[in-house]
Amino acid sequence: MSIYMENIIDLYKNPLNHGKLKDATITHRAYNPLCGDDITVDLIVEDDKIKDVRHRGVGCAISQAAVSMLTENIKGEGLAGVMGMKKEEVIDMLGIELGPVRLKCALLGLESIHEAIISYRK
Amino acid sequence: MSIDISQIRSDFPILSQQAGDYPLSYLDSTNTSLTPTQVTTAMDEYYNEYNANVHRAVYHLSEKATAKMDEARGKIQHFINAELPEEVIFTRNGTEAINLVAQTWGRENLSKGDVVLLSMMEHHSNIVPWQLLQKDKEFEIVFLDLTDEGRIDLEHYQSVLQKKNVKIVSLVHQSNVLGTVNPIKEMAGIAHQNGSLFMADACQSVPHMKVDVQDLDADFLVITGHKMLGPTGIGVLYGKKNLLENMPPFMGGGDMIRSVTCKESTWNILPYKFEAGTPNIAGAIGLGAAVEYLEKIEMETIHNYEKKLGEYALSKLKSVKGLKLFGPQEMNERGATYSFSLQGIHPHDLASILSERGVCIRAGHHCAQPLMDRLKVPATARVSLYIYNTQEEIDRMIKSIEEAKKIFKLDEE
Repeated sequence: MSIYMENIIDLYKNPLNHGKLKDATITHRAYNPLCGDDITVDLIVEDDKIKDVRHRGVGCAISQAAVSMLTENIKGEGLAGVMGMKKEEVIDMLGIELGPVRLKCALLGLESIHEAIISYRK
Repeated sequence: MSIDISQIRSDFPILSQQAGDYPLSYLDSTNTSLTPTQVTTAMDEYYNEYNANVHRAVYHLSEKATAKMDEARGKIQHFINAELPEEVIFTRNGTEAINLVAQTWGRENLSKGDVVLLSMMEHHSNIVPWQLLQKDKEFEIVFLDLTDEGRIDLEHYQSVLQKKNVKIVSLVHQSNVLGTVNPIKEMAGIAHQNGSLFMADACQSVPHMKVDVQDLDADFLVITGHKMLGPTGIGVLYGKKNLLENMPPFMGGGDMIRSVTCKESTWNILPYKFEAGTPNIAGAIGLGAAVEYLEKIEMETIHNYEKKLGEYALSKLKSVKGLKLFGPQEMNERGATYSFSLQGIHPHDLASILSERGVCIRAGHHCAQPLMDRLKVPATARVSLYIYNTQEEIDRMIKSIEEAKKIFKLDEE
């Protein structure tokens, strides 16, 4: 089965939560030197919850679809819950099987969000 | 000489495998080449018939292993037309060979005000070793810019040599990204007129064309085994004897010494001075077998075949709508390595879709990030050909690219 399902292509072409937040509490950039995927996330945190989130950057369809789904998912969620998100949840969201190389693409968004929260908590 | 590609393909068992429902189309030899049974058999023979260390024992197995390794060195010497066998130093790969030169010749000869001249199309392996040395020595690294077609402008090269105190020019012979073949014979001559040394990174050229170190008059030349049908873990540094003799050792240990006392040590003769520790014996023998395999077909035959196949690939790629080819747009002075981007599809997605159809191409920065910055792309897709590739494989690749465009709904826009 191809990993390029219709919904993944659609999210690549029309990503959700794409752009910038003017009043971001925290901004974080994650980079995958292997393929040049580059994702920056803006978070607005209020009462230990993610009030709003945006992402931007360049990347392949897998990374872009994953970060679209993820940002949709974490809006309104508590920081602790988001920090507890595992890679399996991202894979489930995408609904495709990925080898170790492409898995890095899928997880870049989660990595960026986790690192953003860690630096917010500092 | 005529060439029987199906005969050649039968020497590479990996090519008979299927990738799911598709035949395997391996179009990534610039990354690493496939290995013929002649090479794996030669290495198996070492392990199965005369497995012993070299230069250390008098029993017959060690005598044979030593003789076989010497024989491999001799084959490589003749292949690149080095004057002497001791000018052929075995290393792990091309990267180690460049590090060897930087850490020995460079450490002794570079100081404040000196320049190491590279180009914007260098592999990281010809950038980072110099940057590492720069932490201890205050010399300058200058990068030659490229023309829009991805070539070096010789007038610009000459003017940099005249203006700056260039101690060594270290330059790729054939670019692993653009496919550009640089005129290194002419460039070495210009460097020498200026009193500069010339090192060629020939990892991507030696597999595909006749390279003669004496004709080029290269001071150093670097080769890796795994891009020329040989095994991984073995490479070669060629160096002129008078230079190698005056360089300090790279690594210390067994084999590279003449004598060791608790106080100090003295060094072995060439090439052993630069081959510390038990070497990659099977790898060296395998590389010797690869050279023998290439020479049997003849480098000129290989070069001509790839040029013809390369013309075909180039015209097919250029006919794909939305495809932007980087580097020289014609086959003159270029190898059969093609980097490109496809409007609307990230290179990694393209490579994944091709992989689902059995077509192996590379996507990424190809260990040449400064060049990616120069081309203003995060990554490219890259197709590269070798002696075992066919027109059918190129057709399958082009068909798969068109299918990728459909999956990404590109023609609907």
